[in-house]
Amino acid sequence: MWILGTLFYEGGAALLRAQLYYQMTPPPGDDGGLANAIGGSLVIVGTATLLGTPVGILAGTYLAEYGKKSWLAAATRFLNDVLLSAPSIVIGLFVYTVYVARAKHFSGLAGAIALALIVIPVVVRTTDDMLKLVPNSLREAAVALGCPTWKMIVLVTYRAARTGILTGILLALARISGETAPLLFTALNNQFWSLDLNRPMSNLPTVIFQFAMSPYADWHRLAWGGAALITLAVLGLNDVARVLFTRKD
Amino acid sequence: MSAVLPISESARTDEVAARSPRHGSWGDALFENLTRLFALLVFALLAAILISLVIGSELTLQKYGLGFLWSAQWDPVQENFGALVPIYGTLVTSLIAMLIGVPVSFGIALFLTELSPTWLKRPLGTAIELLAAIPSIIYGMWGLFVFAPLFQAHVQPALIESLGSVPGLGRLFAGPPLGIGMLTAGLILSIMVIPFIAAVMRDVFELVPPLLKESAYALGATTWEVMWRVVLPYTKVGVVGGIMLGLGRALGETMAVTFVIGNAYQLAASLMAPGNSIASALANEFTEAVGDVYFSALIELGLLLFLITTIVLAFSKLLLMRLARHEGART
Repeated sequence: MWILGTLFYEGGAALLRAQLYYQMTPPPGDDGGLANAIGGSLVIVGTATLLGTPVGILAGTYLAEYGKKSWLAAATRFLNDVLLSAPSIVIGLFVYTVYVARAKHFSGLAGAIALALIVIPVVVRTTDDMLKLVPNSLREAAVALGCPTWKMIVLVTYRAARTGILTGILLALARISGETAPLLFTALNNQFWSLDLNRPMSNLPTVIFQFAMSPYADWHRLAWGGAALITLAVLGLNDVARVLFTRKD
Repeated sequence: MSAVLPISESARTDEVAARSPRHGSWGDALFENLTRLFALLVFALLAAILISLVIGSELTLQKYGLGFLWSAQWDPVQENFGALVPIYGTLVTSLIAMLIGVPVSFGIALFLTELSPTWLKRPLGTAIELLAAIPSIIYGMWGLFVFAPLFQAHVQPALIESLGSVPGLGRLFAGPPLGIGMLTAGLILSIMVIPFIAAVMRDVFELVPPLLKESAYALGATTWEVMWRVVLPYTKVGVVGGIMLGLGRALGETMAVTFVIGNAYQLAASLMAPGNSIASALANEFTEAVGDVYFSALIELGLLLFLITTIVLAFSKLLLMRLARHEGART
């Protein structure tokens, strides 16, 4: 199992230099970098997180604070798990049929929506779990001081569960930054620098896919570079999440 | 968020809370309903996915009915579609992944919980978690550029030579060593699901009360006997649940499979032959599809995949829930 790690590091690390960061994706045979893909990825992932996190946190709050053991909460938890493990390509299909097909064009926004749909269940799940870990005595103390429930949740339980929720968001972020399938037919790809959410936007995973499947050796090298970059980012995020989580304990 | 409330505000909330501790404040009602709204949104989202996929595939649903499931035709030019090849590919690759992944994960979990020295436990556990976090496209690339050539050069010829001539079994290993194909896809998938299954197995194995294991050891049982006769029966349900979770992931995996499966619409008995899976068909063809029927057929494929994974997941959830009820512990 270790082979895997070392192997693609060998392939990738060699390429983590040079113009990777400031040049555009090249036509085959030319020298170039992945700047537009990196930029696009950051924008799409950022937008997706901004869209998905609030929804996820609020829904998770309902489950942990109000729903508790009611049938609605139980059913929502179950459906949330279904959503959590739904194949990401199906999510992409969904966004395609309801958004891209209507709007008649691919766009970065569609990609961000697809990724947000992946963020939501992850954040719901962790928020729910983390809020449940907050000791009830804290809640009771707040209510006993005359605090309305909502204020109790926002000022007391959120604060107590902050690192846990943050960990969830980071994990979601790590998960979507490597997602390829839903972006294939939502954000599509773009050879040029574009950060306009309404237009097709380049992003790392699709570029890797396209370049790796191509017959050109220099595209392959770029794909390896991109792959190494993504892996580092994802593992980094995971690490930060883990550190946050253990420090809390 | 400010830590200290303005005095006037907190005084007011005091009054409100004093009058009716739970319901009086409109802020409360607002917040509760707001959060409930978002919880319902999760509901709505799932329903919307299902409905939109059904609507999207209306054309082929009407045109072929159930026959879509077992027609091996896939002819975009004549607009004749059947899902048998991708379904077959999806099932076969997942089956291979499970056949390899489950025993290996069992071994890893066993090692981690029973045999491993304490200093090795943490790094090994972390390594497994890291492997689980690596994006699938990386596995796919690695499979295509590193694993497939190796496999083609060394393993496949040997397999074909040794097993290819055995009657019956030989049909599975016939054909030229192409490197890519269903067997390769299955192997890559197994590497991908191992961290998942191993993590779940380790967690449930650790739930076994030490008392049980110790009494078995005290009776002179070997580690293997303890594992097989005590730990495994005790955690049976959880283990199956974990396997199902891995299976769900293998079924829906797109990128890793797309890279190595070969994307050919043929129904071949040989595992060496290129095939196609539902997810990789979608990834490859969706942006290039022309014509409503083609689109509709692809969307129906997506619908099928969604249904299959949902059923697998529901099943595994039920098992895990049963475990939780019986053993009184959450996994």
